Amino acid sequence: MSVAGAPAGPALGRAAAPEAGPGGPASGARSGRLTPYFLLLPLGLALVVFFLLPLLSQLNSSLTSGGLEEGYRFDWAVGNYVEVWLDYWPQFLRSFLYAAAATVLALLIAYPLAYTIAFKVGDGWRPVLLVLIVAPFFTSFLIRTLAWTTVLADDGWVVAALRGSGVLFLTDGVGLTTDGRVLATPLAVILGLTYNFLPFMTLPLYASLEKQDRSLLQASGDLYASAWDGFWKITWPLSLPGVVSGTLLTFIPATGDYVNATFLGSMRESMAGNVIDALFLRVRDYNHAAALSISLMVAIVALVVHYVRRAGTEDLV
Amino acid sequence: MALLTRPATETPAPPRPAAPARRRGRTGRWVRDHLVTFFGIAALVYLFIPIAVVVVFSFNAPEGSFNYTWNRFSLDAWANPCSVEGLCASLGLSIKIALLSTVAAVVLGTLAAFALVRHEFRGKALANVLIFVPMATPEVVAGSSLLVLFVGTGFPLGQTTIFIAHTVFCMSFVVVTVKARLVGLDPRLEQAAQDLYANRWQTFWRITFPLILPGVVAAALLSFSLSFDDFIITNFNSGSEVTFPMYVWGAAKKALPPQINVIGTAMLLIALAVTIAGRVVGDRRAAR
Repeated sequence: MSVAGAPAGPALGRAAAPEAGPGGPASGARSGRLTPYFLLLPLGLALVVFFLLPLLSQLNSSLTSGGLEEGYRFDWAVGNYVEVWLDYWPQFLRSFLYAAAATVLALLIAYPLAYTIAFKVGDGWRPVLLVLIVAPFFTSFLIRTLAWTTVLADDGWVVAALRGSGVLFLTDGVGLTTDGRVLATPLAVILGLTYNFLPFMTLPLYASLEKQDRSLLQASGDLYASAWDGFWKITWPLSLPGVVSGTLLTFIPATGDYVNATFLGSMRESMAGNVIDALFLRVRDYNHAAALSISLMVAIVALVVHYVRRAGTEDLV
Repeated sequence: MALLTRPATETPAPPRPAAPARRRGRTGRWVRDHLVTFFGIAALVYLFIPIAVVVVFSFNAPEGSFNYTWNRFSLDAWANPCSVEGLCASLGLSIKIALLSTVAAVVLGTLAAFALVRHEFRGKALANVLIFVPMATPEVVAGSSLLVLFVGTGFPLGQTTIFIAHTVFCMSFVVVTVKARLVGLDPRLEQAAQDLYANRWQTFWRITFPLILPGVVAAALLSFSLSFDDFIITNFNSGSEVTFPMYVWGAAKKALPPQINVIGTAMLLIALAVTIAGRVVGDRRAAR
C-alpha cells in the first residue's frame, strides 16, 4: 500500500509550500477556500451516514431493553453489558489471546521474509517476490482457510510429522492441542489467523526496511559493531514504525475474525465474533449483540491507544 | 530462536587480537545472512501451502460431497465450473457488487484525497482521523453496526445494502492509496500548465489525471479485491442475497464441490495476469 508512496519523502515539503503562498489559481479566494470542503463532502457524507451513524445506533441499541415482540425501549439498559460480559467473557478473552498470539507469530514469520526481500535479493527479484507475497491472497479468504483443514487433517502427513517430532506432545502439554490432533484446537485457529493476516504484517515491514539508509549499517560495521549489534541498534529501531503498523493491521482484524475459529476450531475455540454473529443473525437478540460488539470495539481502541503510546515513546528513545 | 543463540558466542570476542575476532565476525555474518534467507524462503513456502492444496484439489473428483480428501484426478470441475447450482450466480453477483462499489469508492476517495493533499483547510486533521477509523474498525463491528442501522430504519437488506457497506469500507483504502501517489506528484507541473493558459479542467484531465492514474488503478484493484473477497461485513448486510464468499460459507457446511477450488485457482491466475500486465505496461511507460 504505502509501497506506492515510497519516493514521496522530499516532495511532501515542496507540495505544501506553493499552496501556502500566492500560487493558487486566479479563480477567486472564496471559491478556493471552499473547494476542499466540496471535494470532501461526498465521502464525508457517506462516512457519517454509513459509518458514524451506524456506530451510534449500535450504541443506542446496546442500551435498549425489550425484544422483537414486546417492542424496544431505550432506558440506559447497562444490564445488557453486564449480562454479555458474564455470559461471554471466555470468548471475549479468547479473541484477544488468539489475536495476540497470531500477531506475534506473524511478526516472527514476516520479519525474516520482509528482511530477505529488502536486503538480500537483487532489484530484479524484489517486485517478483512482492507479487508472490500478495498472490496467495487473491484466492478467496474462505477457500484459503478451508484449504488448511486439508493440510492439518488428523491423518495427514503434516500432523504425522508434528506428532513424530514430538511437537504435538509439547503443545498438548500447554493445552494448544489435544490428543495429538491439530484441527479443532487453539493451535489451528491461531495458525489460521497468522496465515490470513500475514501480508498485512509483511508489507508495512518491507516498506520500512526498504527505505532504510544502507550506509548506516556500513558505518556501524566500520566502527566494529557485529552484524548482530548492527541489526539491534540500527535496523530494528528504524523498522519500528513498520512493526507498529504491521502489528495493528494484523491484531485488529484478527480480534474480530470468526471465520478461522469456525472452520479450524470447534465450539471450544469460538471467539467474540462468533457470538456477535450468532446473536445478531440467528438469535436476533440485537441488544445483547450490540453490547458485545460495542465492548469489543472499546476494548480494541483502548488497547491500540495504549500500544501506540508505548511504541511511540520507545521510538523516541 | 537460532538467531538468538548465535551472537552470544560472539560477544566475548573483542578483547582478543583483531584478526581472529574479525574472522569470527565474518563467519557470524555469513551464518546470519543465510539463516535469515532460509527463514524468508520458509515463510514463502508457508504462504503457498494452502494455495497448492486449492490448486491440486481443483483436479479432484471427490468421493462424497466434500472435497477434503484426494480421490482421483479429474478435469470435470474445470470443464463445468458452473454445473453446481447457484455457484456462478453468486460469482456474478460478487463481480457486479465489486465493480459498482469500486467505481463509487474510487470516485469518492479520489476527490477526498485531492482535498487532503492539495488544500490546507480547517478540520483537515479531523478528516484524516475520520477516514482512518473505518480501516481500524474490526469488520464484525462495522458490519453489525450497519445491520442495526438498516433494521432500525426499516431499510430492506439486499444488493443495495451490500453495495453501500462495501463502498464505505473500500473508500478509506482508496484515499490512502491515491494520497500516496498525489503526495509524490510535483505541483509545479500543474502550475506550469496553468502558466501556459490551460484552464483548471484542462489541467486536471491533461496533466494531473494521467499522472495519478497508476495510483487510481492501484486503488481500484485493491478496492475490487477487498469487495470481492469480503465475507464478514457482507454476512451481516446481505439479507437473502448470496455473494461468492457467502456461497463458500454455506457450502462449507453442506457440500464443498471442487468447482469452488476451480474458481479460487482461476482468481489467482487472473490476479497474477493483471499484475504482470500492469508491470509490463509500467515498464514500457518508464522506458519511454
